[in-house]
Amino acid sequence: MLRDHVKTGPAGDLTSPAGTGISQDVANGARRTSRSGRRPFGARLRRDWQLLLMALPAIGLLVVFHYVPLLGNVIAFQDYSPYVGIADSPWVGLDNFHWLLFDESFWDATLNTLTITAFQLVFYFPVPILLAILLDSVVRPRLRLFIQGIVYMPHFFSWVLVVTLFQQMFGGAGLLSQTLRDHGYQGVDLMTNPDTFLMLVTAETIWKDAGWGTIIFLAALAAINQNLYEAAAVDGASRWRRLWHITLPGLRPVVILLLILRLGEALNVGFEQFFLQRDAVGRDAAEVLDTFVYWRTLLTGEWSYGAAAGLVKGLVGLILILIANKVAHRFGEQGIYKRS
Amino acid sequence: MTTLPPWAERPSRAGAFLKGLVLTLIVASVLFPIYMVVLTSLSTQETVSQAGGLVTVPGELSFAAYEELFAGGVVTRSVLVSLGVTVVGTAISLGVTVLAAYGLSRPGSLLHRPLLFLVLLTFLFGPGLIPNYLLVSSLGLIDTYWSLILPGAVTAFNLVVMRAFFMNIPDEVTDSARIDGASEFRILRRIVLPMSKGVTAVIGLFYAVGYWNSFFNAVLYLNDNAKWPLQVVLRQYVLQGQSLIVGQTGSSTIAGQAPPPSLAIQMAIVVIALLPVLFVYPFVQRHFTKGVIIGAIKG
Repeated sequence: MLRDHVKTGPAGDLTSPAGTGISQDVANGARRTSRSGRRPFGARLRRDWQLLLMALPAIGLLVVFHYVPLLGNVIAFQDYSPYVGIADSPWVGLDNFHWLLFDESFWDATLNTLTITAFQLVFYFPVPILLAILLDSVVRPRLRLFIQGIVYMPHFFSWVLVVTLFQQMFGGAGLLSQTLRDHGYQGVDLMTNPDTFLMLVTAETIWKDAGWGTIIFLAALAAINQNLYEAAAVDGASRWRRLWHITLPGLRPVVILLLILRLGEALNVGFEQFFLQRDAVGRDAAEVLDTFVYWRTLLTGEWSYGAAAGLVKGLVGLILILIANKVAHRFGEQGIYKRS
Repeated sequence: MTTLPPWAERPSRAGAFLKGLVLTLIVASVLFPIYMVVLTSLSTQETVSQAGGLVTVPGELSFAAYEELFAGGVVTRSVLVSLGVTVVGTAISLGVTVLAAYGLSRPGSLLHRPLLFLVLLTFLFGPGLIPNYLLVSSLGLIDTYWSLILPGAVTAFNLVVMRAFFMNIPDEVTDSARIDGASEFRILRRIVLPMSKGVTAVIGLFYAVGYWNSFFNAVLYLNDNAKWPLQVVLRQYVLQGQSLIVGQTGSSTIAGQAPPPSLAIQMAIVVIALLPVLFVYPFVQRHFTKGVIIGAIKG
């Protein structure tokens, strides 16, 4: 869940709902384990070697590209130079973290990240919910499928593509400016304006992912007992009262869960979107933690410093997600892992 | 026509109109930009300059932009790179994921719990940008196409989705084959996979789209711009408006001095980046609604 957005491998990047399945699996695993009893190791190996062999390639890839790199974080405690290597770079203890603490640009990036998270919680988060309720109210199945197909689609476009499309619409030479100029007004360039950047990235996120985000809410809506609606209608409850007293309470568990998980990911706002627009808009508005790490390391060569910033972000992120899960359990939800 | 339940009141005319309007606007907001981009890429130079930018009303059409792009050169090459990486990457990812999902679908099998734990733990943290880069470079993968494939080849999420699906197949289905002495590989190929076409298609789409859209890995790991995939080219020549290098615009000027590519050519690059997604999507989309994803999400 706390998959680092910097790692832009071909992640099947379905957003937050991902986790909910896991805890169940683990639970099932635990329950069914007892069935196999205590057979001797040799017998189990003879029975299961094929299964192990099948799991091996994926496990190998995960170990090499997910667990081994974790060791690389040691350079955060060094004065690392690529020419010297990890083994021979001098150890500097917590120096890098010490500097980080007093680095204004680091705190600016942190503040930007949190501002964007907060803004999107207010202006992005409700959109898929509203859209799902709207879609759910479309009664003709074929029409509904058609609209769903259309609104899911932008989720599969790359960020480069989405930002390019927005530039063509709202950039200095884009459709909006063009139309304004045709009618005798001044053109506007929303793609380079730091003041409107928050709204721009939120609009982009809505365009790309709000449709896809409806999936989990549509599932929750489909799970609401239809008899409740009928009973309420018979009792004279209006459409809006049914929405308020049946639909919204039906969505509540999913909403709370996703909200908590989103808070757990407060430091992750997505990397590519900001990487692509940072230069046009300027650092003051568009530098987030992930881009800070990138520019600090790969462009200025301060490897250890960048790694320290990345490590701090990773650890704080991990703590946040653990807290988020605790809170989710408190609310009686599953969270992304099982309470043990 | 409508399937309203008998107890529901008919929507008021104003309400129905408003709902229709909102839905139309939403659908249009997705389709309209795509329509304009496609139209502009197919327009002649005159039509584009007349419009003063993106073309909204069809004028004279031409394939000139595409002919120029596919005459060889940066864009042609990058399309081939992206296609190659997508095809090879998806094959590897899907194969490895299917195998592991099946291998881990039998609770109680040897090492089942620790291996599953290893997979699930990757949800909680990623190794971070710098350590990733250090690893890829120490494996000697910088400037190779493997750097675009291997680091993200397995996504724990996809693995878990697939595994959940396999676990829902009742044991009875596979038990008889097992008693007849079929190997696990055979059971997977002959019984389980044919039952899992939908989920395989969806996961395949996730991986393929991931590879096709992959942008930052290339920026990070490829210094040689002759190896660039399409998304990086898109960024360079369309988003940043840099000029295409010799041979792309017809006039052989030095890179950086040539004018940026015409809007039609820029939009043609956008369309090329868009096209595979638009093509594959409808075939896979019907599986979304069959509960593949929902089922997976709920576990």
